Amino acid sequence: MALLRLGPGPAPGRRRSVSGVSGVSGVSGLVGRYSAWAVGAVAVAAMVFPMVVSDYWIDVAVFWGIYVLLGLSLNIIVGEVGLFDMGHMAFFAIGSYTTAILSGRFGISLWLLLPLSGIVAGLAGYVLARPIIHLRGDYLLIVTIGLNEMIRISLLNNPWGLTGGPNGIIMLDQFRIFGLVIQKPMHFYYLVWACVAASMFALVRLQRSRIGRAWNCIREDEVAAEAMGIDVRSAKLLAFTLGAGLAGATGTIFAAKLVVISPESFTFMESVILFCIVVLGGMGSIPGVVLGSAAMLVLPEILRNFAQYRMLFFGAAMALMMIFRPQGLWPSKRWTTKLQEGESE
Amino acid sequence: MFIEQLVNGLTVGAVYALVALGYTMVYGVMRLINFAHGDLFMLGSYLGFTLLVSTFVGSALPLWAALIVTVVVSAMGIAVLGVLVERAAYRPLRRSNRLTAVVSAMGVSIFLQNAAMLIWGPRYRAYPPWAVPDLRWEIGAVHIGFMQVLILVVSILLMAGLYLFVQCTTVGAAIRATAIDHDTARLMGIDVDQIIRLIFIIGPGLGAVAGVLLGLYYRQIHFTVGWSYGLKAFTAAILGGIGNIPGAMVGGLLLGILEMLGAGYISAAWKDVFVFLILILLLIFRPTGLLGERVAEKV
Repeated sequence: MALLRLGPGPAPGRRRSVSGVSGVSGVSGLVGRYSAWAVGAVAVAAMVFPMVVSDYWIDVAVFWGIYVLLGLSLNIIVGEVGLFDMGHMAFFAIGSYTTAILSGRFGISLWLLLPLSGIVAGLAGYVLARPIIHLRGDYLLIVTIGLNEMIRISLLNNPWGLTGGPNGIIMLDQFRIFGLVIQKPMHFYYLVWACVAASMFALVRLQRSRIGRAWNCIREDEVAAEAMGIDVRSAKLLAFTLGAGLAGATGTIFAAKLVVISPESFTFMESVILFCIVVLGGMGSIPGVVLGSAAMLVLPEILRNFAQYRMLFFGAAMALMMIFRPQGLWPSKRWTTKLQEGESE
Repeated sequence: MFIEQLVNGLTVGAVYALVALGYTMVYGVMRLINFAHGDLFMLGSYLGFTLLVSTFVGSALPLWAALIVTVVVSAMGIAVLGVLVERAAYRPLRRSNRLTAVVSAMGVSIFLQNAAMLIWGPRYRAYPPWAVPDLRWEIGAVHIGFMQVLILVVSILLMAGLYLFVQCTTVGAAIRATAIDHDTARLMGIDVDQIIRLIFIIGPGLGAVAGVLLGLYYRQIHFTVGWSYGLKAFTAAILGGIGNIPGAMVGGLLLGILEMLGAGYISAAWKDVFVFLILILLLIFRPTGLLGERVAEKV
């Protein structure tokens, strides 16, 4: 397989990969290669961006940020551990509905609900994943699709009058900071991208920790991982719980942004889009998630001039992308190093 | 009511089974979940609709001939499309990571769905009412309509034919050999590309037949039916044991019956939850499906 990013000569990080502990990846890889100046420039551009564009594009950027958070949460499960989860919207739905119900009934502050929804969704992820975590590949895929559909239909059927059926629930409360109510697109923009930055920082740290390395080891070879003394089952469950929890916490922001939460936001199609974000960006690559969600969400908006033909182009582009750049838009370095070694043997 | 729900379930189940065959055959040979298969089925339904309302087929021919021409031509058209999809979107990815092929399949699915929306419009289309003779039979207390009999007869004939083809002919043996191991099959002189092309003729062809039958049965079609029925048919394939041809048939019929019994005895709104619950329980206790064989773990 031809690798576009690694030219002749020893690739960076290769020496370390021989010892089995691969090179750095993700944002820190970016810092290493292009210096902190690039990161600074991106950060400044991100700060200035909402001041120079219309509210419409700020809104696009807000939803982009929400999908980056969701993509990061699914990347833990699909990208880092290699578990096929195609029903991730279920946990996002649990988080959103937890927020909407608790905020509406008990008036709990959204700042408190942010971690609370994460915990509820994480618990749900743990409980739902526990019996199915031993399933492999495609079987896990279909079970997670089934979970997604079960939860969506349950929400639609309005059990005990909690979820409001197909019309959903209206959120009355909003995030407040020192008397400032976060309502305008610009406020949401800063809130969402601050969360993205915090999550990215935490996830890069996690990726390079003992847990992250164990996850990658399971992804590459489960049997070898077990032989190395990794508790595969708990490591997988941990990834599922964390991924579900992050998706659930994102649900709080989503509920505050959308105001009306209804089951149609959490369809199987949305789960598939999330899955595509992770694979398109590059499995296990944190900057890849940002690019992947830009491709899946922002690109259709830019193509809006083509009106009804845009989704047609978009579908074709997805297939073409996989044919000509199967490693993703911004592949994780750990991933490419492994491929290159396989080739040189 | 029990027998009546059973008959309804068998009818829907037969449609699921025909679509599930396409999923299971592609999976068996290529280890790929062909997400575009549901959309090929949907396009078959639309193609059948266009043929039936066209002046050439619809009004010039007697009804029985018109129906046969519709089914055969739609199946052929969709089979050609299936081969094109395989050539364009799956063959270049045959040696790469399996997830990339899944994403490519999703892209094809989005493409086909939007193509259908652009060609036939975003609204529901209705099959002409005259296409189905208004015949009903009463056996005891059970009512059986003409379409139910037609769907059951056609699908059972097709499934039996496919089973015999795969089990008893040389080409069928080649398909089974390819499903076990591509490289060894190639060493035995089997043209693997040819076999995969054949799979993409049979699967979408059967899917198109199911699409036309469904259109005739429910009358209304929409460009999103590919997703909803595709998901159910895929579930049926897993239920029976994916990669296993009789498994897809059993799984489809069983899924249809479970769904209708769930709708009749539990509640129509919760029937899909019931179906997926059974699927998950089955996979927890028997991960290979009802008829699937345990595949040895590769170390």
